[in-house]
Amino acid sequence: MDVIIENLPQYWDGFLRTLFLSVVSGIIALIFGTVLAAARVSPIAALRGFSMTYVEIVRNTPLTIAFFFAAVVLPRLGVTFQQFEVAAIIALSAYTSAFIAEAVRSGVNSVPVGQAEAARSIGMKFSQVLSLIILPQALRTVIPPMINILIALVKNSSVAGAFYVLELFGYGRQLANANGDAVLWVLVGVAFFYLLITVPLGYVATVVERKVAIAR
Amino acid sequence: MTTQVPGDALVSLNAVNKHYGQLHVLKDINLNVRKGEVVVVIGPSGSGKSTLCRAINRLETIDDGVIKIDGKVLPEEGKELAKLRADVGMVFQSFNLFAHKTILENVTLGPIKVKGLSKTEADKDAMALLERVGVGHQAPKLPAQLSGGQQQRVAIARALAMKPKVMLFDEPTSALDPEMINEVLDVMIQLAKEGMTMIVVTHEMGFARKAADRVVFMADGQIVEDATPEEFFTNPKSSRAKDFLSKLLTH
Repeated sequence: MDVIIENLPQYWDGFLRTLFLSVVSGIIALIFGTVLAAARVSPIAALRGFSMTYVEIVRNTPLTIAFFFAAVVLPRLGVTFQQFEVAAIIALSAYTSAFIAEAVRSGVNSVPVGQAEAARSIGMKFSQVLSLIILPQALRTVIPPMINILIALVKNSSVAGAFYVLELFGYGRQLANANGDAVLWVLVGVAFFYLLITVPLGYVATVVERKVAIAR
Repeated sequence: MTTQVPGDALVSLNAVNKHYGQLHVLKDINLNVRKGEVVVVIGPSGSGKSTLCRAINRLETIDDGVIKIDGKVLPEEGKELAKLRADVGMVFQSFNLFAHKTILENVTLGPIKVKGLSKTEADKDAMALLERVGVGHQAPKLPAQLSGGQQQRVAIARALAMKPKVMLFDEPTSALDPEMINEVLDVMIQLAKEGMTMIVVTHEMGFARKAADRVVFMADGQIVEDATPEEFFTNPKSSRAKDFLSKLLTH
């Protein structure tokens, strides 16, 4: 146990970095994922095709490959980063947005088709139908799977530790190496700080879900 | 009354065909509806009457033929189609009120977002319309808190708020409890009296007798008869129509 208390500053720093990676990647993924879902249901075939291909490829390959691309392949193509955090954020948000897109799409499909027909029949454009009528109703059903995805994102951010980003897991590895006799407690500390993010997320989900519940 | 002057038609369908796979749901449909006319479309289920109604604002696409609204050919997709739809009011069997919006917002959304009216202006118009259909006091509620008949009247107000040139009704009373049918029909009859151009798909023969200028009888994807209500109900020409009417009268 002492090892956790003695190294609290490192844990705290790692915690903040993990939180930062998760929040920034989460926001980008929410936006990009929703755009992908919108493209998937749009009347333009090329957009639908792009969205489908992207989701299928990204969702079905390991996160490590996304990191490898962002941290190793992109710099070789001339896209260089000052910090590896940027590569980590690109990888995490690119990966997570594929899952967000699928969740939003299933939410869109849960809204009765009559809602879209009514909106179209009063002269709304596709973008208005989507943003004013479909998405607000879809988001209500999408919150539980969305929170699952965001919790996975927080945990997935640990992969960044293997790509030169010092976050919670990265610190954990350092501490484990330095304290060979207390590896168990080092990891308990790491797990505790992950839980500090993910458990409240679950509670937020319950609260938000109750708030936006709608009568049909 | 049935003399048709195509140049004068507000809605015109010319040789319209549609298939669902093997099923030929609309067979060579020709129909002209003049300004101010109330056309009631009746027929057995599966005759294509709903499809016809929905094709007029392109909620259903057609395979060939031409549909014109006020002389303009129905555009394919995109902005032009949206613009044209704003001029064609539609009332659905299942009401389709926006579930996450209040009654008032349901009515004002189109005028504000599509026509660019200010909120104050749209609110004023919407309240007047809601009063007119008798649900003014329900304005702040959500659709699910209203009865079916009330929801359908709101749906009519929502369509009217766009000041459409023509109103399409796709079986507006079929999902309603019997005691609520009349409150919706009354609103529709009032609308017809005020000179609104209406195309109404319905099973309400009373409404057809009372408010229709013309009755169009469809069977198996074809327009079998196109006559005045008196003519149609007292002296149907086709055996298909006679058969249909006799089945209605036995119960």
